[in-house]
Amino acid sequence: MTVNVARRRRILVKSVLWVGCLAPALSLGIAALADGLGANPIEEITHRTGWWALFLLTVTLAITPLRRLAGKPGWVRYRRLLGLFAFFYATLHFLTYLVLDQFFGWSYIIEDIAERPFITFGFAAWLILLVLAVTSTTGWIRRLRKNWQRLHRLIYAAALAGGVHFLWKVKADAREPVIFLVAIVALLLLRAWAPWKSRAGGAA
Amino acid sequence: MLIRRPDDVNSSEITPYRVYMNRRHFIGRSAKAAAAAALVPGLLSACDEPQRIEARPAAEPGAGSAGVPTISQEKDWESVRSELDESLTPYVDVTGYNNFYEFGTGKEDPARNAHTLVTRPWTVEVGGEVARPAVYDLDDLLAPHTAEDRIYRLRCVEAWSMVIPWTGIVLADLIRRLEPTSKARFVEFTTLKDPDQMPGQRRRVLDWPYVEGLRLDEAMNPLTLLATGVYGADLPNQNGAPLRLVVPWKYGFKSIKSIVKIRFVEKMPATSWAVSAPREYGFYANVNPEVDHPRWSQARERRLGEFRRRPTLAFNGYGEQVADLYTGLDLRRWF
Repeated sequence: MTVNVARRRRILVKSVLWVGCLAPALSLGIAALADGLGANPIEEITHRTGWWALFLLTVTLAITPLRRLAGKPGWVRYRRLLGLFAFFYATLHFLTYLVLDQFFGWSYIIEDIAERPFITFGFAAWLILLVLAVTSTTGWIRRLRKNWQRLHRLIYAAALAGGVHFLWKVKADAREPVIFLVAIVALLLLRAWAPWKSRAGGAA
Repeated sequence: MLIRRPDDVNSSEITPYRVYMNRRHFIGRSAKAAAAAALVPGLLSACDEPQRIEARPAAEPGAGSAGVPTISQEKDWESVRSELDESLTPYVDVTGYNNFYEFGTGKEDPARNAHTLVTRPWTVEVGGEVARPAVYDLDDLLAPHTAEDRIYRLRCVEAWSMVIPWTGIVLADLIRRLEPTSKARFVEFTTLKDPDQMPGQRRRVLDWPYVEGLRLDEAMNPLTLLATGVYGADLPNQNGAPLRLVVPWKYGFKSIKSIVKIRFVEKMPATSWAVSAPREYGFYANVNPEVDHPRWSQARERRLGEFRRRPTLAFNGYGEQVADLYTGLDLRRWF
């Protein structure tokens, strides 16, 4: 395979990922304009953006095990893209809460974050993702060196906090958040015990 | 006040339940023609009936050809609404956004799945501490009573709310007729349990069947309704057809749907949500902005269709009618 073909394939894959990751936001926007979000649109937007944030976060975590299993170390170059889209949806989710749901009712928002554990966990997850997104650039990778990898292991904390946030939000039907949490914990265990751990080097 | 006090109503205005039902049957048929007329712009505006029902008929879930919002034109909802200066929640939202876990835990699941429920014939078993225990056919149970239209706020424990025009009988009237004994202190209601008709019951999200209850004096309060209709038409299945409770000063989960059993009992019934999560849901479940759900605030609510949250009212705004039921009761403890 020539360099050119490989490069074209990377561009193709990235384009597909961009389209795929933007599609939920686009469909949400279209539905919002078409009055297609049901009786409680703000709740619907909150749920969907939160779901996609957690889903993309889980997919991002799965990249490293997958590329090892598939023998495709090059897949790591798609990980940042996915992680940033997870942050994108988490930010939409947080802004929906801040603006649409609470309309900058700061006293209620602060009370929520301080006193309601499910919101505390969600907010913590978003803060972690914010730090990881800011430090995701090549410049920061270079600047932080070994510490970059340590810092970015916090993505597991963000995913776990996000999963718990979801679990503590539901009233009785815990099926979906439990599936997410099982997947996240499984990926974490896989990462901790996998034989490739020592060989992973800077790309882990 | 949202209800007509008896002295506001001429006896000539009171329609016996059976006559009311027949009238609605007639309206249901004529509604098809009216729905067709609705397709012609301007025709309906010729109707003089005052009404502010924001219907979106195009998105009618499962209403078939009956075109229910058109039916509601037959009623002068403004006069029923009287002093409640709040817009009605559109029919499409009242019947498309439901918590009815027997048909799925998503808000739109009940409207999608509840068609499997067979609501006629329907029987209600009356038992316990009561002089006239029996299995009643629904129509026989309701026939002696007067159907009334009531517009109530409905406040869900999840901090959203609606304003809904119900049709039903005053539960107190039925209870008087059934003659509970002196031992009866609570009324326990049970929803149908049949996973074939209620596919949500195949998963044990709650301990089926759904059970709710009221203290006898709460059940006897003139606000408490046994509803059979919404927006002037029969209850759609997803709203708890053919018979549901409406207790407007309590969180929505108290207003149990598709009732098959009414028992008069001495002890406080074990109600479904209180059994499922006793720290989070109590037997009383009075709407109370001062007592938060352990996981979220109850101070404000989103009225469906409104952008900004509005403050939640004590007893959902019905304190004048019900607060004296709870004199001396610690509402923080008995949430």
